[in-house]
Amino acid sequence: MRIEIKFGGLGGQGIITAGYITAKAAAIYDGKESAFTQDYSAEARGGASTSEVIISDEKVTYPQVIKADYLVLMSQSAYRDYLDKLKEGGTLIIDEDLVKPDEKAENFKIYKIPATKFAEEIGNPIVANIIMLGFFTAITGVVSKDAMWKSIEERIPQRFLELNERAFLKGYEYGEKMKKM
Amino acid sequence: MNPMEEMRREEEKLLRTDRLPHVWCPGCGIGITLNAFLRAFIRSKIDPNKLVVVSGIGCTGRAAGYVNVDSFHTTHGRGIPFAVGIKFARPDLNVVVFSGDGDLFAIGGNHFVNAARRNHDLLVIAVNNFTYGMTGGQHGPTTPTGAYTTTTPYGNPDRPFNIPHLAISLGAPYVARWTTYHVNQIQNSIYHALHKKGFRVIEVISQCPTVYGRRNDMKTPLEMMHYFQKNSVRKDDASFEELELSYNGKIVVGVFRDVQGIPTYEERYEDIIRRAKK
Amino acid sequence: MKPGYYFWSGDIAAAEGAIAAGCRFYAGYPITPSSEIAERMALRLPQEGGKFIEMEDEIGSIAAIIGASWTGKKVMTATAGPGISLMNENIGLAAMTEVPIVVINAMRGAPSTGLPTLIGQGDLMQAKWGSHGSYEIISLYPDSVQETFDLMIDAFNYAEKYRVPVMFLIDAMLAHMYEKIYVPPDDEIVRIERKRPTTPPEETLIYKADDDLIPPMPRIGEGYKIHASGLTHNEKGYPELTPQAQERLVKRLNDKIRKHAEEIWKVEEYKTDDADIIVVAMGSESRSVRLAVDLARREGIKAGMLRLITIWPFPYKFIEKYNVPYIVAEINYGQIYHKVREYTRDVELLPKMGGEIHKPDEVLRAIRRAVQ
Repeated sequence: MRIEIKFGGLGGQGIITAGYITAKAAAIYDGKESAFTQDYSAEARGGASTSEVIISDEKVTYPQVIKADYLVLMSQSAYRDYLDKLKEGGTLIIDEDLVKPDEKAENFKIYKIPATKFAEEIGNPIVANIIMLGFFTAITGVVSKDAMWKSIEERIPQRFLELNERAFLKGYEYGEKMKKM
Repeated sequence: MNPMEEMRREEEKLLRTDRLPHVWCPGCGIGITLNAFLRAFIRSKIDPNKLVVVSGIGCTGRAAGYVNVDSFHTTHGRGIPFAVGIKFARPDLNVVVFSGDGDLFAIGGNHFVNAARRNHDLLVIAVNNFTYGMTGGQHGPTTPTGAYTTTTPYGNPDRPFNIPHLAISLGAPYVARWTTYHVNQIQNSIYHALHKKGFRVIEVISQCPTVYGRRNDMKTPLEMMHYFQKNSVRKDDASFEELELSYNGKIVVGVFRDVQGIPTYEERYEDIIRRAKK
Repeated sequence: MKPGYYFWSGDIAAAEGAIAAGCRFYAGYPITPSSEIAERMALRLPQEGGKFIEMEDEIGSIAAIIGASWTGKKVMTATAGPGISLMNENIGLAAMTEVPIVVINAMRGAPSTGLPTLIGQGDLMQAKWGSHGSYEIISLYPDSVQETFDLMIDAFNYAEKYRVPVMFLIDAMLAHMYEKIYVPPDDEIVRIERKRPTTPPEETLIYKADDDLIPPMPRIGEGYKIHASGLTHNEKGYPELTPQAQERLVKRLNDKIRKHAEEIWKVEEYKTDDADIIVVAMGSESRSVRLAVDLARREGIKAGMLRLITIWPFPYKFIEKYNVPYIVAEINYGQIYHKVREYTRDVELLPKMGGEIHKPDEVLRAIRRAVQ
């Protein structure tokens, strides 16, 4: 089993953090193997940002995405740049207010969530990536809910944990609901 | 035994006599400086096993090869950072960098500047003979403007470092300059500096009759010594302009800075270790 | 570090591996993609009672660790290709004066400033031949975060045992990639300390080698009156500028590594037993090759991989061992290819100029071509 996940968006959206948390959740808390890489070429806030996670039962060989099973996007430019990285029949997960898919996405499974809007409702747009992670966890089951939360807990400063927990659960519950539809 | 004889015997213990004769030319000033250093060190009563001498490359760079203590003849210009590593790893050692002007201020200039800024606990004895002696007398970073060398056949268009001013500007707590004519002053200055902390710089203006003097109207060691004697003026509170060296001009000597209490890098790092271990 | 599982980058694993190996002195100058090693050492070394210093440049950094090594400490610096270019002067000094040091080179796209954040493998020859003169160093190159940690222990042990600079290679991909890593309990880590003189100072010639060609190394401050010089020297450490002294010293500096080469070699032989074609690869590149070998096997092609972990001294016997065609896959325009070619004529280069490793597909196509 080799699962490839690519996160894409803009600098400042927590795209790198999302990848790191996911990869660590799989490796440390789910007991699998994973590799996490990030694009260092445009780290500036507002520039394109992307990170990649490979999860496997065995040691990860090639550590980057060849054809992604899951593409998690939070900007239109990321959609434009990375859609062709998604494999046939793959799953596209997007913030529906920030990404408008066109006909090129017709053959993919698409799951949409207004993550940034939810984050603003919760109190801080900065947790949009954590909402996306909750949503991703519920939709894909690639990483267990427990593992993902533990990995978030480890990464986020204590004083923001409560906010992040609400964000994670919001995304997760929304994902459970969308999966049933 | 008379005191002179006793001093000579003590000095011999600090020399690798099996390496003599040394490479320096007759009349060279480096030996005078090394001699003054050894005498100052003997007077200091510091344990020779706790003394480390580090040199770079060049005529003065050979000094490390003659002292009978832990001594390192490193690469060109790298004496100071090499010494920084020793001192920072073992702050209980007395680490002396004994090297020449080209080594310390041209190729090693960046190391000098930054080690002084960080105030590493090192004594730097900088022998300034106005030239690259080992390679045959090319001009260097301290050659006076107008001087003749093998690479300034029409006179030197370059301007020299004002070493005391440079060291003072970097915050060095002890800065002095002497010439090899001032044997006792060099010795006293080194003795004094050995008991101080921080980045201490002693510039010793030295004669190189073989490749510098003879191209600049001072054919013999004696003529160079006469020049030092006649033109040296002691002025401890000399201004920047006064400290500048000109071609065959006045040489202001003295102790230009002597302050205490500036924490060394090594001391400040002890505090870092305490904080990290909390 | 407490034993257990961590999720670390190659840079962090390199720093922690060094500390686990006993490194207590680091001097360095920041450069992508190695800066995180310096950052980790700045944080961790003082916690362990060690010393970290950020120097004014790479030249000063390596000079400082050589000086510190003489005090008996295990020392390290880390940089990338541009920094190695500057350090090469004193890598020669460390080789000549036989000072144990570990130098990490996180290889990036080159020449010159090249691709600071992206992978290259263009410094493989520089690792061996960077400084002037004939000398031997040891160079190791892991392919995973775990192996980075584990191999750092070997790097320090080799440096101490053979009194030689160890050039520890990683690459931009490995430096910044995060993976799971297991840190073993401290008492399971085997640490080798340099030989110290057993005779009193007055009876000791500090550069007199034992039968293993390695002289015991005194520490500063113990009365041995060390004299070390980059000049050609005799057993006393004194300069002796003659062809005879040069012959004795330089031959020994080389032989002490060459004669122990087989102890130093580490090579992974992946599915090579029955292989009809073998791909030679190193570092991150080997991860792609491993997948390509598996894919080729699924197609019925008996492919294998020789992964060089010890790059220098070059583990040539492993090349000689197999009588099959070779492909050398490397992120440069032919370096280790030439070494392999010294031992077999049947070898093809699969180059890439840098910025990324080969895609598994590219390697697979090369394998197919080679067996046709």
